[in-house]
Parts: sequence; C-alpha cells; structure tokens
Amino acid sequence: MTKIIFVEDEPTLQKTLCDVLRKEGYDVKAAFDGVAGLELIKLEKPDLVLLDLILPKMDGFTVLKKMREDEETKDIPVMILTNLEGTFDVERVLELGATTYLVKANYELREVVEKIKKMLEK
Amino acid sequence: MGVVTIGTMLGTYLIAYFFVDQPEIVALIVIIATGIIFIVGHFIISGFVYLAEANRMKSEFVSITSHQLRTPLSAVKWSLNLLMDERWQKLDQKQKEYFEIMKTSNNRMIRLVNDLLDVSRIEQGRLDMRPGKFSLDDMIRDLIAEITPIARDGGVSLGFEVEGGVPEGWADAERVRLALQNLVDNAVKYSNDGGAVKIKLGRFGNFLKCEVHDNGVGIPEHQKADVFQKFFRSDNVRKYQTEGTGLGLFIAKGIVDALGGKIGFSSKENQGSDFWFTIPIAK
Repeated sequence: MTKIIFVEDEPTLQKTLCDVLRKEGYDVKAAFDGVAGLELIKLEKPDLVLLDLILPKMDGFTVLKKMREDEETKDIPVMILTNLEGTFDVERVLELGATTYLVKANYELREVVEKIKKMLEK
Repeated sequence: MGVVTIGTMLGTYLIAYFFVDQPEIVALIVIIATGIIFIVGHFIISGFVYLAEANRMKSEFVSITSHQLRTPLSAVKWSLNLLMDERWQKLDQKQKEYFEIMKTSNNRMIRLVNDLLDVSRIEQGRLDMRPGKFSLDDMIRDLIAEITPIARDGGVSLGFEVEGGVPEGWADAERVRLALQNLVDNAVKYSNDGGAVKIKLGRFGNFLKCEVHDNGVGIPEHQKADVFQKFFRSDNVRKYQTEGTGLGLFIAKGIVDALGGKIGFSSKENQGSDFWFTIPIAK
C-alpha cells in the first residue's frame, strides 16, 4: 500500500486531508511537529511526504534539508503544503529539493488529492 | 535637502552682500539662515523616516496577519469540502444550499485576504515576479471557461477575439492571470442582465495587448482619476452592488507596472468600459 506522511500542526487540516487520503486507499500517518515528522519519515520511508513549513519544534525548511542530507530519505518526493507564499520561500524550498509547492487556502481538498495522485503516478 | 541648504547659504550670502556693508554681519546672517534650514530640514527628514517606518510596520502587520488568517480559513474550506462530498454523506437540498453559502463566504474571505497580501506587497515594492514564457491566448480561453457559468447566471455573455497570430508572453503567468481575472470579473459584475463582455488579444509592438470590453454601468466622469486607487468603488456601483473591495484594479495596476507593461481604460457612464493592459512578448 502506498505510504504517505503528512506533517501539519493544524489539527483540522491534518484530519481532513488524512481522512480523504485514507478513503482513497492510501496508508497515511501524520505528525504535528517537525521533530516527530522527521522521525516518522526516517522510520517509515514513505512514498510521499506532505510538509507544512511553519511547524513547532523544527520548521519545514529544516525538515526538508535534513531529509535531503540523509541517504535513506533524500529521494522521497516532498509536496509543500503551506500558507506562506513569498517568492523567497518558494525558491528556498525548491532549492532545498521540494518537488512541488501548494498554498492550502487556494486549493479545494479534491484538487490537493488530485495533485497527490498525479505525483504518485510519476 | 543638501541642495536647499547650499542654495539658501548662497542666496543669503548674495542678499546680505548687496544690502549689508559689514562682512561680519554678512557671515552671521548666513550662519543663522543655514542653522535654521538645518533644524527645519532635520525635522522634515525625521518626519519622512517616521512615516516610512510606520508604513513598513503597517504593511508587515497586514502580511503577517493575512498569513495567519489563511490557516483557519483553509481549515474551514477543507472541512466544508468534506461535508459537501456526497461520497461521505447524502445531503438534502436545504443542507446543500447552506453549505454553498458557507463555501462562497469562505472563498470570498480567502480572496480578500489574498488581495490584502498583494496590496501589502505592492506597497512595499515586494511584488516579486517569476517570469517565464506562457500563452496569454490559452490563459484567456481557460479563464473564459471558468467564468462563463457565473456570467451566464447573471445573464452576461462572454466573447473572445484574437487579432492574427499572437506570440507567447514573457511574464509571471500567475500574476498576469490575477490581473486579467480582476478585469474580467469587474466587467461581468458591473454588466447588466443581457450584457456582453468581449475580450480582445493582439500584438502591439513588442507587447501583447489584451482588452476587456463591457457594455455595463461605466465609470462616472468625475471619478475616472481615482479608478486605480486602493478601495476605489464608483458611486453608481455602490448604489446597488454591496460586494467588492475596490482592490482589484489597484492590484491589476501593481502587477502590470511591475511587469513593465501599461494599463489603462476608457469609459462612459451607462454605456460601458474598455480596460486594457500590455505585457512584454517572449524573446
């Protein structure tokens, strides 16, 4: 079963997306902060990571950087799901190796799921 | 300020030289006049620095607040998406209606917050662009497909005309789409039932020119100078349209200016408006 890890500190956003993805048949695990998220990613080695940027304990930029430095997690695709939208932030995460970048407020849940499906098909 | 100070020193010296006999008095008058100019200049510059800082803080506040607002708004949006998904539960007509109302309000708030973020960026001169090649022709067709159902509900038709073959544009496609959408949204919103909105695309030297024409309410003559101001809404629109923030044209202008293009309009009250903008073509 395709494994997805969602690192998101906003409980409603975490629950809604996890519920929908589980209904779509994915094995989804979630973490509320960067440290727990990174541990989970190292442990589970998922097929895809959904990562927020503003997170407690360790921000998403650092999680992504550490993932890319680790031999075992460096190739896992990462979709950034955030409400930050500055060009600087987008460029920074793309430089750090994020696969794609979505502003949560601008996408319907269905559109996010479609983008996730497309990413996993590649 | 330096030029003013030097000018004052020279002016005072010349006046004093011609009208006062003693050189010591001339020197004293020049020193006093220069001192006064220095003091006044210091207060003026301090005032400007204070205003600039206040403006920066205000924009930063808007930026941070807008970002913080988007998180709960997206939580509401996704929860509503789940509640409205018929694969999860069946809804009766009344429930559907209320959820639709909530969804519309939520989207309107997100749009407002996004607009405020853009306004804040424009005011700070931080409307960063990620330019690239893109087809404005395709973008217009996509936008028309998206807006047509809304326009049809209001009894407004949408048309598109391309003058010859047009090359690709060179700009930040997302930003151009926002500017274009703001113009087309306005044209549809301020058209009467049975109105027609026509979009025209053509080449204009090294630029692409896009025109959005409507035969709607138009803009009163005495308010034309304020059209691209923040929060501008014309008197004839305020009377019957409660929606709208008056930020769309300000943002469209900010985007087009930052892209090195031009934006303008012609309009007659009760006859309609013709808004246009240009963006560079891809080399």
